[in-house]
Amino acid sequence: MTTTDTAWIDAALTSARPQAVGALLRYFRNLDTAEEAYQNACLRALKSWPQNGPPRDAAAWLIMVGRNVAIDEVRRNRRQAPLPEDDQAISDLGDAEQEIAERLDGSHYRDDILRLLFICCHPDLPATQQIALALRIVSGLTVKQIARAFLVSDAAMEQRVTRAKARVAEAGVPFEAPGAVERSQRLAAVAAMIYLIFNEGYSASGDTAEIRKPLSEEAIRLARLLLRLFQSEPEIMGLTALLLLQHARAEARFDAGGALILLEDQDRSRWNRKLIAEGLALIDKAMRHRRSGPYQIQAAISALHARAEKPEDTDWKQIDLLYGALELVQPSPVVTLNRAVAVSKVRGAEAALEMIEPLAPRLSNYFHFFGVRGAFLMQLGRNDEARIAFDRAIALANTSAEAAHIRMHLDRLMRDSQTPRGKAGK
Amino acid sequence: MLYAILCYHDEDFVGSWTKEQDEAVMKKLAVVQEKLAHQGRLGPVARLLPTTAATTLRKDDPPMVLDGPYAETKEQLLGFYLVDCANLDEAVDVARDLGAANPGGAYEIRPVGTFFPGKTSVKAPA
Repeated sequence: MTTTDTAWIDAALTSARPQAVGALLRYFRNLDTAEEAYQNACLRALKSWPQNGPPRDAAAWLIMVGRNVAIDEVRRNRRQAPLPEDDQAISDLGDAEQEIAERLDGSHYRDDILRLLFICCHPDLPATQQIALALRIVSGLTVKQIARAFLVSDAAMEQRVTRAKARVAEAGVPFEAPGAVERSQRLAAVAAMIYLIFNEGYSASGDTAEIRKPLSEEAIRLARLLLRLFQSEPEIMGLTALLLLQHARAEARFDAGGALILLEDQDRSRWNRKLIAEGLALIDKAMRHRRSGPYQIQAAISALHARAEKPEDTDWKQIDLLYGALELVQPSPVVTLNRAVAVSKVRGAEAALEMIEPLAPRLSNYFHFFGVRGAFLMQLGRNDEARIAFDRAIALANTSAEAAHIRMHLDRLMRDSQTPRGKAGK
Repeated sequence: MLYAILCYHDEDFVGSWTKEQDEAVMKKLAVVQEKLAHQGRLGPVARLLPTTAATTLRKDDPPMVLDGPYAETKEQLLGFYLVDCANLDEAVDVARDLGAANPGGAYEIRPVGTFFPGKTSVKAPA
């Protein structure tokens, strides 16, 4: 560890950030003050750490320094008196750092971070603002980085973050230590937000996947952090497992031209086995609790795909059952649509088509509905109807990759209609 | 004598490495490992998955299965090396080399009492 190599400082500051900002927020009860205090502490860390080496507990150091600097600032504003030199203020941290580290090992630590995450997902905030705020406040990404990941201008993102902060300040931050019920509600809200962050990265199209990947990675980091704090929560295990298992396929999801490659066509040797191992370990752990939930079920479905070495090894029967379970705990036409894909593998396209027909009114503007419907019709040799469904899908496509994928189907239909007989049945 | 070199580090910190940082560290460690392997002194090496994937069995009566690692500590057991060394000095030297390649945290150097090389052909995920 040399003074020239400062990468370790970045990693230390990033990893200490949620805990440090969370604790500072508890002291100051104001997000801006807490953030500013943390920034000031970081500036001093950048000066002090390369010379003195890393403190034993980076978070405790940052909390201590951040608090002192902020308190001094308040005093200075009050008295208009000059302050002692910077270095003096932080020269004698040894004992204080240890003391604060010991206190932080207690329950505060957990609730500080949870509170920090929780205020970012205030129900008054639209999802996009929740995510932006969490990435800014908890993850410490710069507005510029977030703007890039969201493909908007810096100014637009700045405005989004500022608006979100103002709303949070208006709403007030919940400072009382949460009771058991409240804590589990907060946990659920935070889990949902982490899932949203992940999806922002995951739903990217081929040309933007690389830029947006940090979002998925950051979501995984936050999920692991949350799981460290709440080690026995099966749904948090499920959430983390789900993200790991989905992200394990990231490298295989797009071809060189940026077109989406469907699960069954992916080169499985490009799946990240380490992430899969971790995901499988977590879903294994979660199942032992016998307290099922939507994240666990989705992770279990993803695990079945991960366990299949070849597409034809996929246990579609089990996946059908799991989607059935998901329909019960989280009824949604989209879940039924996904289930229908499994049903088409187990019982054929006819049964699957029958299953999705009732969804039409509710999914009339949903790209995937028409993509899936078209695929079922095509399997049944009902090519004219398939073409209509695919046309509708293209009109509703959210990304160029989605549209390109459907166009591939249409091209195949065209070829089939030019040859004497279309491919009927499966 | 066989020594276990147990790797402790702040998991949050290691988890905050970028993929590039992680790979750079592993590459540096591989150099040290290769030297030991070349000398025929390197036994099994393991990097453990995060402690979030850990489960602990308390051998109470009846035994209790708990989620998470055995101890809640600031630094976690993240992996280990088994290295054949003539004495403690040599083992400390190996740890120093590893430490230079991957600064931060701590190595616990523990002489091994009993050792079964084992026979599993299962490969850990790469």
